Amino acid sequence: MNCPGFTGGFAGQSDGVDLGGMDMVVSDLAVARGGVTVLAGLGFTLRAGQALVLRGPNGIGKTTLFRTLAGLQPAVSGRIAVPPESLTYASHADGLKATLSVTENLEFWAAVHGTGAVDAAITAMNLHTLRDRRAANLSAGQKRRLGLARLLVTGRPIWVLDEPTVSLDAASVALFAGVVRSHLAAGGAALIATHIDLGLDEAGVLDLTPFKADTSTGPLDGGFGDAFDEAFA
Amino acid sequence: MIALLIRDLRLTFRAGGGFGLGLAFFLLVAVLVPLGVGPEGETLGKIAAGILWVGALLACLLSLDRIFALDFEDGSLDLLATAPLPLEGAVAVKALAHWLVTGLPLTLAAPLLGVLLHLPAGGYFWLILSLALGTPALSVIGTFGAALTVGLKRGGLLLSLLVLPLYVPTLIFGAEVVKRGSAGMDAGAPLALLAAITAGAAALLPFASAAAIRVNLR
Repeated sequence: MNCPGFTGGFAGQSDGVDLGGMDMVVSDLAVARGGVTVLAGLGFTLRAGQALVLRGPNGIGKTTLFRTLAGLQPAVSGRIAVPPESLTYASHADGLKATLSVTENLEFWAAVHGTGAVDAAITAMNLHTLRDRRAANLSAGQKRRLGLARLLVTGRPIWVLDEPTVSLDAASVALFAGVVRSHLAAGGAALIATHIDLGLDEAGVLDLTPFKADTSTGPLDGGFGDAFDEAFA
Repeated sequence: MIALLIRDLRLTFRAGGGFGLGLAFFLLVAVLVPLGVGPEGETLGKIAAGILWVGALLACLLSLDRIFALDFEDGSLDLLATAPLPLEGAVAVKALAHWLVTGLPLTLAAPLLGVLLHLPAGGYFWLILSLALGTPALSVIGTFGAALTVGLKRGGLLLSLLVLPLYVPTLIFGAEVVKRGSAGMDAGAPLALLAAITAGAAALLPFASAAAIRVNLR
């Protein structure tokens, strides 16, 4: 799929199933939300087997950055080099269907991504006892666990996780940290925005505060509001 | 693709999925019109083709906003857009799923309602044929409208306003096929035009819908 935000891929690495050698290189990236540039000059490299934890206060642009990386919105400027079909994005919403059971939800995403790793994902996220329960009847934490289990059935190497631990209890956070660790050991990579300590000591930390764009010059699309006001002046 | 089709059909048939809503609406329209117009068979027979087509069109409209809105709310649409499935294909599959649960049942139920409306005996074949050829266009055009309005709060009304004008050619040619067929005239020309609209819409609109979704997800 050609995503508008992607400026290129790595030659010779089009196989999305191979978890080895999947590097993500971001250079001089600027991203915008609602026409206002929130982050600028951002650059980092994420190598296979690495995890990078992004930190920054609310509203700094973590979600906007992730949506740009996932190709859901175009970058203002800069370059994102990522192998095609290698990235999976877990947002605040889990993408679950309330009237489908846990297994049916996972089976759907496994079929879409052409993998059959449903049982492994259920085991990894400790969803055994909930297999046949409808997603509507899960607690918030259980839904989150199911949403994270979806990452495993995508079979994609680079995980982009936006606040993955919201509504998880301490045991589930530890469980999830273990899942991320084994994903990294298998040659995957993870980009995680979180406010809590996941217990991933090996992960690098990137503070986004220095990359905050200067918004004092006003929003890019500021003209529209002014014109509207003038029309009725 | 097939997984998406199965999921959409399964969701529709489960509780709160809205299957049968369009069909029930269609039935009500066909029952209410004779009550309003009066029971004279001759009058009803004249307007039957038009009423059945307008009813089918409005019944189709009822369920359009569900095509993408639910997937947008729970985040599935973001995930589908980043999945290996081409978005154009996903849109086409969703239009097909919509037709299977609205257009197809409407087509099959229409002859029964034709009896209520005193549709002339020669018209039944043409009614089924025109609905079978025309309702896929309603689903595909409606999917395009749903893609344009996805993410808007209370986009349902705007969706109707956008889509209804686009339904006009399908309605005109569809009703014309039944009218000519009932009167024993040659219905080949409107039938060919109806099929052309469906084929053109099914070939082109999934691309437009996918582009609209990409813009709306930004």
